[in-house]
Amino acid sequence: MIVANRKTLEEILGMLKPYKKVLLLGCNECVTVCAVGGEREVGVLASEIRLARAKEGQEIEVKEQTLERQCDHEYIDQVRPFVGDYEVILSIACGAGIQYVAEKYRTKIVLPAVNTTFLGVTLEQGVWSERCQGCGECVLHMTGGVCPIARCAKSLLNGPCGGSSNGKCEVDKDTDCGWQLIVDRLKELGQLDKYEEIIPVKDWTSSRDGGPRKRIREDLRL
Amino acid sequence: MRLNYPTNVKIVKVPCTGRVDNLLILRAFESGVDGVYLAGCLEGECHFLRGNLRAKKRVQYVKGLLDEVGLGGARLEMYNMSSAQGQRFAEVAREMTEKIRALGPSPARKKKL
Repeated sequence: MIVANRKTLEEILGMLKPYKKVLLLGCNECVTVCAVGGEREVGVLASEIRLARAKEGQEIEVKEQTLERQCDHEYIDQVRPFVGDYEVILSIACGAGIQYVAEKYRTKIVLPAVNTTFLGVTLEQGVWSERCQGCGECVLHMTGGVCPIARCAKSLLNGPCGGSSNGKCEVDKDTDCGWQLIVDRLKELGQLDKYEEIIPVKDWTSSRDGGPRKRIREDLRL
Repeated sequence: MRLNYPTNVKIVKVPCTGRVDNLLILRAFESGVDGVYLAGCLEGECHFLRGNLRAKKRVQYVKGLLDEVGLGGARLEMYNMSSAQGQRFAEVAREMTEKIRALGPSPARKKKL
């Protein structure tokens, strides 16, 4: 799922300074799974905002609403009947959702309550880790299911660098060396010959480097 | 035991402190209380195995939130006691009351006109 981090309360309160009526929109998908923007976190943030403002002696009305997703029109449309009652929308969804809400409600200021970070997985309750960078050209079949782009700090394509020691990356003692993981996995699978197949220089145009991307399926268009 | 404890302590019964969510604590402060404490089973003796440990973690987390908000994490505490420890219950009620009195009323309390 897409993993994000909550912006600090200080930053959010700063953004909300001029406003008295805020619509706080959560999302039931990725940000719920990584416990940053689901219904509970919407409740906690709304509480924090009200408490902080009460402390300053200022009133603020925060309406809490959690949508199924903020990346599809039908769900964003659900707030249309009452969106006009609020001065500003504070969205706690991922960057995609925040932008889509802004696109749909053109006369409303939409503020981000999170910093969207990576595509990842849940390692255990409360811990999420990066796995994919959306490079657009997957080589997982050549690396035993471990991604060299996302899990190697340098996104090297053909083996570890000199900074790999005891299976850890020189960048951080808790970060595994992506290539160590790949070689270990290829060994487990009996596919070490794949290690010797050279993955050629990457064409990054399939990634973000080629410009903002779009996917179209003509057969699904009405 | 018929022990006395301060009248300003309002008891909210829950089956286990593990049932107490972060939001419940924050909403209590929103409603205007000056302090909140959780009284759970002794560590290692939770009737539901780990509920009191979950509560402990949540209390730590919400203390941080309360610091950020400006109310101060000192207004929230976790205490452990056995349900047989009546004396301890009264002692804790007194201790917490003293502590909160020293901190003063919650700045988030709506000013009465």
